[in-house]
Parts: sequence; C-alpha cells; structure tokens
Amino acid sequence: MGALNSGNAASDPLRKAANEVRSRALEMVHHAGLGHPGGDLSSTDVLVTLYLAVMDLRSHDPAWKDRDRFIMSKGHCSGAFYATLAQAGLLDKATLQTYMDPLSSLNGHPDRNKVAGVEANTGPLGHGLPIAVGCALAAKMQHAAWRTFVLVGDGELQEGSNWEAAMCAAQYKLDNLVLIVDRNRIQQGDFTENTINMNPLGDKWRAFGWSVTEVDGHDCDALFQLLSNTPVEPGKPTCIIAHTTKGRGVSFMENKPEWHHGVPTAEQLATAREELMGACK
Amino acid sequence: MSVEVQAAEGLFDCRDAFAATLEDMAEADGRVCAVVNDAVGSTKTKGFRKRFPERFVNVGIAEQNMVGVSAGLANGGMIPFCCGATCFLMARSMEQVKVDLGYAKNNVKLCGMSSGMAYGELGPTHHSIEDMAWARVIPNLMVVVPADPVETAAAMRWARDYVGPVFLRISRMPVPELLPHDYRFEPGRAVTMREGNDVALLANGVMVSRALDAAERLATQGVHARVLNMSSMTPIDREAVLRAARETRGIVTAEEASIYGGLGGAVAEIVSEEHPARVIRLGVPGVFAPTGSAQFLLEHFGLTADGIYAAAMRLVERD
Repeated sequence: MGALNSGNAASDPLRKAANEVRSRALEMVHHAGLGHPGGDLSSTDVLVTLYLAVMDLRSHDPAWKDRDRFIMSKGHCSGAFYATLAQAGLLDKATLQTYMDPLSSLNGHPDRNKVAGVEANTGPLGHGLPIAVGCALAAKMQHAAWRTFVLVGDGELQEGSNWEAAMCAAQYKLDNLVLIVDRNRIQQGDFTENTINMNPLGDKWRAFGWSVTEVDGHDCDALFQLLSNTPVEPGKPTCIIAHTTKGRGVSFMENKPEWHHGVPTAEQLATAREELMGACK
Repeated sequence: MSVEVQAAEGLFDCRDAFAATLEDMAEADGRVCAVVNDAVGSTKTKGFRKRFPERFVNVGIAEQNMVGVSAGLANGGMIPFCCGATCFLMARSMEQVKVDLGYAKNNVKLCGMSSGMAYGELGPTHHSIEDMAWARVIPNLMVVVPADPVETAAAMRWARDYVGPVFLRISRMPVPELLPHDYRFEPGRAVTMREGNDVALLANGVMVSRALDAAERLATQGVHARVLNMSSMTPIDREAVLRAARETRGIVTAEEASIYGGLGGAVAEIVSEEHPARVIRLGVPGVFAPTGSAQFLLEHFGLTADGIYAAAMRLVERD
C-alpha cells in the first residue's frame, strides 16, 4: 500500500476530511465566481474515500508507474477534485486559492500537464471512460497490478462514447476497472429523469456485461469496503452506482438544480461552512 | 465496401510499408500496440493481430472510444498506433483528438488510412479532404503526410521515438518509391526532391511523384522547377517556403485535400506575412467530389502532372 493509505476503514476521519474538502471547494467557487458546487458536493465522499483510503499512490512521486489510476471524467467538478488532491498531499493547499485565476495551474477543468496527479484532461463529457478503458488495457498488457477508477456524472452517461467504452470494457474482461457513477439525479438544465430518463440505470450496465453494485455515495465506510474489494466478479468490469445528493452537506444547496453552477455569496459561504464544520464535530 | 487499387509494377501501396514497419517495431519494442476500429483489412493489421494478439485492441466500430482508449494506453506506458480510415478516424473522434491527444499531449500515433479521395466511387462520406485543416489547428499534434513507402516507414519509426501525439496520413493510392532506403524523416524539414529556381512545386503525399513528373515536363520547356516534399505539415518548414517565395517566380501547392487549411493554406499564410508571392493552390476547391474512381477524381480536380504543369506555366507565362 502507498504512503497515502490509512490501511483500514476509518469513516470518521474520512467524513471529516470530506467536509473540509467541501468547505474548500465552496471557498474556491466563491473566489473564482465560477464553478460547479452542486456536483462538487455530491462527488466529494467518493473522491476522498478513493484518495485517502483506497488508491495506491505516492504523494512524493505522483507519476510512479505502478500507481492506481483515477480519471475524473466529470471534470467540471474540479473544485472538489483539486481540494481532494490537496487533502491527499498531491497539491499544495495554498495553490487552491488561485482557482481559475489568470495563469493559475488550476484551470476550471483539470489539465494533467499543469497539475501532478491529474491523469486526464476532462471537461467535455464522455471522455473519461474510454481513457480509463485504455488505462485498464495497458495494465493487462503489461501484467501490472494497478487498478483504474473513473468517476462519471449520471447526466454524462447521455454521451454515447460511454456506451462504446462500456461494450469494450466487457469484451476485454477488464476486471481491473471500476466505474463509479455519481447518481445525483440532476444535470445542468433539470433533473435527469425530466431530461433523458436514465432508469433502469443498473440494468443498463448489467446488460452491457458489467458487475453492478449500488451504494449510498455518502457512506464512506460502505464506499471503502466496496472500492477496496474489487472486482466484485472476476472477469467483469465493476460499475458502482453511488446514490448521492447534489449539493450534499449544505441545506440550501441540496437537491436544487440551480446549484449545478451557482456561486455562493460571502454570506451563503459562511452559512455553508458553518453547516459543514458543524457536521464534523 | 473495399476499393482495391491494384498497384502496377514499380508502384506501391504505402499501407504495406505501414503494416510491415508496425510489426517490426512491435517485435523490437513491447510498448508498441495497435488499436483499430474493426477495419482490420483496410488497415492491413491482420498480420499484427496474428503475431501480437495481446497487444492488439479492436474496439469495434467506435472511433471516439478508439481514440480515448489509445490515450489511456499511452497513460499506462504503451505506444499505441491508432489505425482507421482517415474519414472516420479524424471526423468522428475530432474532440478526442483535440482534448485527449493534443491538449493532454498523450503519446498516441494516429494512423489515418486511405486518406484523401482514395475511396473514389464510395463518395464524399468516405473521402477525407477536411482532415488536414482540422489537424493543423490542433496544438501539439504533429502532422505527417508521407510521399512513398520509404517515407511511410521512416515517419513511423520517428513517431515511435517522438513522445507526443502524431497524425500520420497514409494513402492506399499506388505511388513509386521516391526516397533512398537510408532516408530518415525529420520533422519541420521540407525535402528537396529537385532543384530549380523558375517555379516551386510544393506537394505532399501522393502528389509528390506527380509534381516530379510535372517538373520533368517543365524542364523540356526550359522551365526549372524546384520540387519540395512537404511531408512534415506540423511543424512546417517556414524557411523552405520563404526561400521558394524569394528565389522563384511563384509557388504551386498540390495536395489530395481541400485547398482550404491544408498545405495550400499553410503556404499562403507564411508567404503573405513574410514575403508575398503568387501561390496557386491545387486541391479540392471547397466542394464535395462527384462520383468517380480515385484516379478520375484526381484528374477531375487537376491533381495530376498535367494539372501541376499547367499551373506552373501560368505562373511563368504571367511574367
């Protein structure tokens, strides 16, 4: 296991870390006057569990060739992603304060050539899963043990490239690949089910040849158990549908489509921070 | 769906050099792998599949995934040669080429087969005349249009060693061998195929041999044409273009692509900024091609030795 790993489940520290990440992500969005806080908050627990407890990484050597790979396909949630990288020691916390500033390394969508630890340049949706399939194939070709994790949004699955990649992953029996769907049920314009109905989502993945498990995407303990014990079925890629709440942890943001890319005022930020820090106690 | 143009004696299908070189490189380097979109026949990768099945990925008919998978393979330390008919490879996956390869600088080698109008009668859906303009505007993407089988093999070996994304535009149209067997591809270098100071013929891909034929005919009229093989489109040899502008009475560009945004566009950009000169661009003039064989279409658009000769004479006789 890498230096970043705690080695065992410890959901309290993870929950605390997650709320710190949430708080930082909101500060970043407020600072930049731009961002996607709703999805930042829904994906945070998955990100923190992966980076602080599951993945084998070396913070002093982010390009270590046998590292586990993580592809942040929903690149618009860069606030939570960068804050998680900082929490994991892969990014200087002071750099977070430059989010989207002129010439900052922290572009609105991640750039692997500017931020160590970022594996893929994402932003346009439907790019992450094909790249993750390639990473998993590379591990198989080289008989390497590292795993590939990829986080996609649920609305993102409307992009057809995901389903091209889904068929390919099953065909090549990529049981070293783990897809996590941030199932927060909201996309930019509306709820997913009012836009393009995603259900029955688990059956879709099963029909495409994946092993599917559904989990509470805010239960770090359950996420840890599941993500640490893949593949669920040898010979099959793993799909974890993480049921989440958009805007999770901030009462006035939860489950509100307008917080997809809303920007909190100073007052709203203070209220949000209080709620998040209170939840850590 | 396949249009096989039988190569006459002394003429070669560059895909054969492509396939042989890919297998040789895979034999020598365990990182070399192939990614295809079902087109095992038209990319001539059957031999590779047989010899290196564990390094052969057929994603099926899914070009967006093909390019994304290639980016992931590169992330994992492999050197993927991502092969498909250029019309689908570049058009269907343009955003993946832009973001996953150009922007992310992934070490992927795009191998576009049967480029230009090689698919002839199959029609504009299967022609790829837009790809040069698209590829040229993507930062970090090296663009190479080899002229013959020797240059195809040399460019592939260079691409394997170069770390970063490359687009190799390979033809199936029969061409003669033009370059010596010890030729080494150098990015950013125009290859002088013939010296001359009356007029300059700048061509790439299948048009290079036709430009040489045109130069031969021009010589019989006392017109000495310089012929430059512009196989390296990105980076492009600006100095060679400017020397052609300064030292001759005009430039003819010839490419099996749209006259907009490709070689003709690049040359016009360079000379208009630094040394205005007359440029006649031969290519496909902003239309979808009519029905006809590849050979018919090249003749239809004047992409022949005759067409290049006539354009060069226009430049010379104007004086």
